[in-house]
Amino acid sequence: MSVRSEPAGTEAHAEIKAVTRVFELPAGTSLHALGPIDLDLRRGEFFAVVGPSGCGKSTLLDVLAGLAAPTDGKVVFEGKAVAGVPDGVGVVFQEDASFSWLTVEDNVAFGLRRSGLDAAETKRRVDYAIGFMGLKEFAAAYPSQLSGGMRQRVCIARTLVLQPRLILLDEPFAALDQQTRLLMGDELLRLWRETSATVLLITHALDEAAMLSDRVGVMSARPGMFIDVVQTGWERERDSRVVSTPRFGEITARLWEKLRIETMKIMGAADRAPAAAGENS
Amino acid sequence: MKLESWIRLAVVAGSVGAIELLCRTGVIPNSVMIPPSDMALALASILSSGEMTGDIVSTFTNVALATLITVVLGFVLGQSIHAVPWLRASIEPLLASYYSVPTFMFYPVFIVLFGIGRAPIVAIAVLLAIVAMIMSTLNGLDRIPAVLRKTAHIYRMSRVATALLIELPAAAPYLFTGMKLVVAYAFIGVIASEFILSGSGLGYRIAYAYNNFENGKMYGLMLLVLVSVTLVNSGLNAIDNRLQARRRR
Repeated sequence: MSVRSEPAGTEAHAEIKAVTRVFELPAGTSLHALGPIDLDLRRGEFFAVVGPSGCGKSTLLDVLAGLAAPTDGKVVFEGKAVAGVPDGVGVVFQEDASFSWLTVEDNVAFGLRRSGLDAAETKRRVDYAIGFMGLKEFAAAYPSQLSGGMRQRVCIARTLVLQPRLILLDEPFAALDQQTRLLMGDELLRLWRETSATVLLITHALDEAAMLSDRVGVMSARPGMFIDVVQTGWERERDSRVVSTPRFGEITARLWEKLRIETMKIMGAADRAPAAAGENS
Repeated sequence: MKLESWIRLAVVAGSVGAIELLCRTGVIPNSVMIPPSDMALALASILSSGEMTGDIVSTFTNVALATLITVVLGFVLGQSIHAVPWLRASIEPLLASYYSVPTFMFYPVFIVLFGIGRAPIVAIAVLLAIVAMIMSTLNGLDRIPAVLRKTAHIYRMSRVATALLIELPAAAPYLFTGMKLVVAYAFIGVIASEFILSGSGLGYRIAYAYNNFENGKMYGLMLLVLVSVTLVNSGLNAIDNRLQARRRR
């Protein structure tokens, strides 16, 4: 099942149309990883995707970023079909993607220098991004001298300076501790408000999805499809303090209700789901 | 200086001191080995007289040439083999067993191919060192995190730009380990080749001194090679340590 979640009167910034992704494996077998899946990302919204492990979340991001071609269907970004990485898309990966041989400043400036932007404007943008991500004191440091959270901030700053209109985040805080994740979430919200970019966040953390997003898409077990899209209803001016509101509990409960069954399917325990649900009620 | 460094220094100094003592007391006869202090004096005399400056320059030029050719060729071959998985699967077992082959036995072939002079010496050194560079390149390329190549895609970088701006620096610590091996093999290859197929160079001069019972010159030149290799290796180690420190996460 797939859910098209596009309210009337909103402009679609990126569209995923009946996309499937099938991997050909050795020995003539194949793995149906994703879809068919539909999704319309509205311009300027913060959309999170949650789903059980191996459901194709990262595959979805790769297809949307143009890093992988869909087996079927198509991806449209700003009205144009995606073939390869389109201009205006920035990606922050789960793994540390900082360049260990460059300083923080050079890491952040990497993309701008390649784009041929003049030195003065490059410096202005780099200084701003470094300051924005709280890395000013570490501008001359190498990634090996920074903590995991700071290295991830370097990667976010490196994406931010290019002023992408669509920011894709693939579990960027997965390796961080809970407190750092909450604070990084705040910084991400600040970045989102500042840039007005459309954000798609892949995460396995329900609290992260519920706290950060305007909408949360819940994916089924493989092959991944959207089984629900939850509207959070948060104000644009929000931060991590929303976790203490009753609404936050309601959202995470609804997400977990959907996700629990899908996760149990993966664990081979779907048949136990109704009994377990009865015990809990 | 760290404690380990002091211990290392003490071991070297102790060994040199012990040899000096054994030579001076006649336990080791002068016809076999001269005291290290006499080696140093002989070396000073060789350097100050300038009688072997041409040979020293020749050997170091050969080593530099062999190193340069090996590093560039080894990196390009390593990249090419890495890019073609079936080729790698076919070749890698051969590369892994390469050093079981005594490369020097091919020296007559190199004389036939290149004649007498610099070319066969450099060629033997390259042959000796090249596989170390290829293996280090493969190892380095294997260890580049996949996310860096994905990042290159996001920046819409060409294959060449990705190789030069992402893969080369990311693999640099491993490549540098290969370069260190290349320098060591280049010294071995050049000096050993000069023993057997040259009329100049440090290897030739050491062999000449040996054949003419000139122990002072022979050990002086050996000391020169030893000191040179140690200094070069120390310099490379210092750079390597900096690269490794950046890689550590």
